[in-house]
Amino acid sequence: MLDRRDFIKAQAVAAAAAAGGVSLPAMAQTSMIAGEDAQLKWSKAPCRFCGTGCGVMVATKDNRVVATHGDMQAEVNRGLNCVKGYFLSKIMYGQDRLTQPLLRMKDGKYHKDGEFLPVTWDQAFDEMARQWKRVLKDKGPDAVGMFGSGQWTIWEGYAASKLMRAGFRTNNLDPNARHCMASAAVAFIRTFGMDEPMGCYDDFEHADAFVLWGSNMAEMHPILWTRISDRRLAHNHVKIAVLSTFEHRSFELADIPMIFEPGTDLAILNFIANHIIKTGRVNREFVEKHCSFRLGQKDIGYGLRPENVLEVRAANAKDPTDSKPMSFDEFATFVSDYTVDKVAELSKVPKERLLALAELYADPKTKVMSLWTMGFNQHVRGVWVNHMVYNIHLLTGKISEPGNSPFSLTGQPSACGTAREVGTFAHRLPADMQVNNPVHRSHVEEGWKIPKGLLPGKIGYHAVLMDRMLKDGKLNAFWIMVNNNLQAAPNTNTETYPGYRNPDNFIVVSDAYPTVTASAADLILPAAMWVEKEGAYGNAERRTHFWHQLVTAPGEARSDLWQLMEFSKRFTTDEVWPKEILDTNPEFRGKTLFDVLYRNGNVDRFPLSEIDPEYENRESKAFGFYVQKGLFEEYASFGRGHGHDLAPFDRYHQERGLRWPVVDGKETRWRYREGYDPFVKEGEGVKFYGNPDGKANVFAFPYEPPAESPDKDFDLWLVTGRVLEHWHSGSMTMRVPELYKAMPMAMVFMHPDDAKDRGLRRGSEVKVVSRRGEIHTRVETRGRNRPPRGVVFVPWFDSARLINKVTLDATDPISKQTDFKKCAVKIVAA
Amino acid sequence: MPRHLLIALAAALPCLVPALLSAQNSGPARLDSPFRPPVNFTDETTAPPIPADVTDDRRVARNYPEQPPVIPHNVRDYQITLNNNQCLTCHSRQYTGASQAPMISITHYVNRDGQTLGAVSPRRYFCMQCHVPQTVAQPIVTNTFKDVDSMISRPSDGGDRR
Repeated sequence: MLDRRDFIKAQAVAAAAAAGGVSLPAMAQTSMIAGEDAQLKWSKAPCRFCGTGCGVMVATKDNRVVATHGDMQAEVNRGLNCVKGYFLSKIMYGQDRLTQPLLRMKDGKYHKDGEFLPVTWDQAFDEMARQWKRVLKDKGPDAVGMFGSGQWTIWEGYAASKLMRAGFRTNNLDPNARHCMASAAVAFIRTFGMDEPMGCYDDFEHADAFVLWGSNMAEMHPILWTRISDRRLAHNHVKIAVLSTFEHRSFELADIPMIFEPGTDLAILNFIANHIIKTGRVNREFVEKHCSFRLGQKDIGYGLRPENVLEVRAANAKDPTDSKPMSFDEFATFVSDYTVDKVAELSKVPKERLLALAELYADPKTKVMSLWTMGFNQHVRGVWVNHMVYNIHLLTGKISEPGNSPFSLTGQPSACGTAREVGTFAHRLPADMQVNNPVHRSHVEEGWKIPKGLLPGKIGYHAVLMDRMLKDGKLNAFWIMVNNNLQAAPNTNTETYPGYRNPDNFIVVSDAYPTVTASAADLILPAAMWVEKEGAYGNAERRTHFWHQLVTAPGEARSDLWQLMEFSKRFTTDEVWPKEILDTNPEFRGKTLFDVLYRNGNVDRFPLSEIDPEYENRESKAFGFYVQKGLFEEYASFGRGHGHDLAPFDRYHQERGLRWPVVDGKETRWRYREGYDPFVKEGEGVKFYGNPDGKANVFAFPYEPPAESPDKDFDLWLVTGRVLEHWHSGSMTMRVPELYKAMPMAMVFMHPDDAKDRGLRRGSEVKVVSRRGEIHTRVETRGRNRPPRGVVFVPWFDSARLINKVTLDATDPISKQTDFKKCAVKIVAA
Repeated sequence: MPRHLLIALAAALPCLVPALLSAQNSGPARLDSPFRPPVNFTDETTAPPIPADVTDDRRVARNYPEQPPVIPHNVRDYQITLNNNQCLTCHSRQYTGASQAPMISITHYVNRDGQTLGAVSPRRYFCMQCHVPQTVAQPIVTNTFKDVDSMISRPSDGGDRR
């Protein structure tokens, strides 16, 4: 053994020396580093990837990140990271970083079919402004749009919202978070009148049971999974139920494993409600005091194009959000259809397991935490299924207290902080306000110091509708930031790509790397990423977490914040605002959008001297004031005093994040309950104060089938999703060698018998084919995912195998979020 | 430069420069995602074989001290369940004498509250959340990360990567 190791060591040293062209003594010398030379500057930041929001410590030396590790002081992860988080150090150093703007040109000027050539920022913004002005003049504000992300920092999303809504006067602004948690956000508002979870991650240390509804936390939220495994392995009474349409790594810890037929989670949840009622375990007092019951609209269609036969055939596709009051008894009758026998047959989950699952909720002594992400949210009935899980927590009163917690997880680092709280959805404004509410608009106009009546009230295009409108030529100037939509959007070959290359359209993509989306753009803007700028994210437990700029971005790359604000200088109010508004507000005449949106006395309120001198801040230096602080404080003014309270800006640079509402300097862990939430008064006990009557809504919905199910031609369910090693479309993680080598390609995970029936085996090259498109890949029958017969799983990180050419663009008709988990495919040998 | 030669060049050296730069002065326009073969977005091409696992049992130097080491051996069908953790049958303290495998880091015995336990902390139980096996697939994009030693032993470019 020793001999072998010595031999290997000698070989490795010799090889390294030969490769480095240095003699051995020189190598030995360079490893003797001590004292001042070895000192690193350590700073805190949140992780760049999922919605967990782990704290990391980042070491820099000479303007480069040289190491990262889990932050011991961060409550979320206390020193741990997942494999992606541990490799954050390398995500900014892919050799093909974009370092200059690139414009498609022919004969020295922009041409849709031209070749990408480097241009200056001035040339880039000149052409972009020319295109925006052309479209605004020809078609008006409805023809321009922006597609952002839950990876925007808080101030980037806020600056974008101002530019689009108040600058260009359109609500055609949506985040890719639409694909991610729109169903959760909509259900929160409809149930509680306020977005985001009432509980927090502290629930992990208090619950007696955890139920994973479609979520594979072992791979997608590994650090939260460590908190669950910590609890389960250290406490014998703790139970874990895992529900999914295929077996995955989270099943390793499951006490009650359940594989269900896709879409039947709706029926399982109604069965649990029925079981709670039938066995007399409704918390009567809680329900009478704190709940209202409503009957929801059924047969609401599938969010496809209106001419699709499924939409024409649906009775209520036009008004899917309707509901009417009902009594508790009517609700009880409604769910009484969902007996254990019937649901076991429909879902294919054995009766005993359904009953064991239902008991976790029904037993008043068991504190239960429900957890879900894309399995619920990417669902043609995503809003319903979110409502249904609140139903069972509300019927039992198991909510808003330590350990009793329906908890919606998020997939992006600032899905909550930016997409939802700032309000970068086509229908939202800051602090849960809505664009179609005139009182809310007026309030925002005051806060932004812009003329009354300026903000448009029409809800803008949502993500999937944007793609359809680009294809149909109705949306013509389009800016995509911090996301890779051509890889992420459903049915991309048919519904997304044609819009990008539509000759009427001008497509701008801001990114750090050449993604497939950037490749299909007309103008590419090089972006600064993560710690190359000062930032703030908001995680799934309402935690707002800041970081400083730690290194500078390469070449000409600039942050999205700088890009948005700099672009705004190219427009005057006279060019983009209606004459009537300027006639009544002449003081706004002739000013640039930069002046009216960002030099408005709020955003430019804080001088450069307030920036921590330890850290660089490029955007602030460029504009001459502390941009991030000004934007944050203006934004925070909308939420303070009514349950969305954020702390003062500077405090967040000192903390490992704080969970809002932050009142009197203290964060809030459990909302809506006296003693925890400062907005619930003494004696009220529980109050769902987001709704005017202080009650939460319990909604009755039936089971309805998915938009497309397997048939004789396309005989398998396709489920898509992520893997541990890669985050989303892989544009960062595929450039980290260790992560790439761990999982270099997306394969189709399938049951060995399904493979055998088709004459295939592990490693066979196959086509995954749907009615919309196909990809080539290899069969995996013994990997980490083990689908039952009839189901296949393909992850979407691999841009060489774009599985979203195969998926269906059916959405939840209420939330407009795509169902990436259910469509019909066939697998054939390639 | 003839187009086929360009494509051959791009295929041979996909990691050295973005496809754009090689096409800048001549040839057709494209800026492809480096992970895609040079085909149109709407086209799909054949899939390469599943790459073999790295099983040479040789340690790979870490990029920085707190990087979890990658796994240099096969872990197929390793059982990690409520009752059994196959990784620990070689890597936990008491078995390393017999196995000659590296002992798991002492950090793995510390619980969430910073207390050192007599056995592996339950929060560290699922090894492959942090430690991943490697395949022989060669990275398509070069990563220019520099570890701290190379930063100290050589003058810095000041972060300017133009």
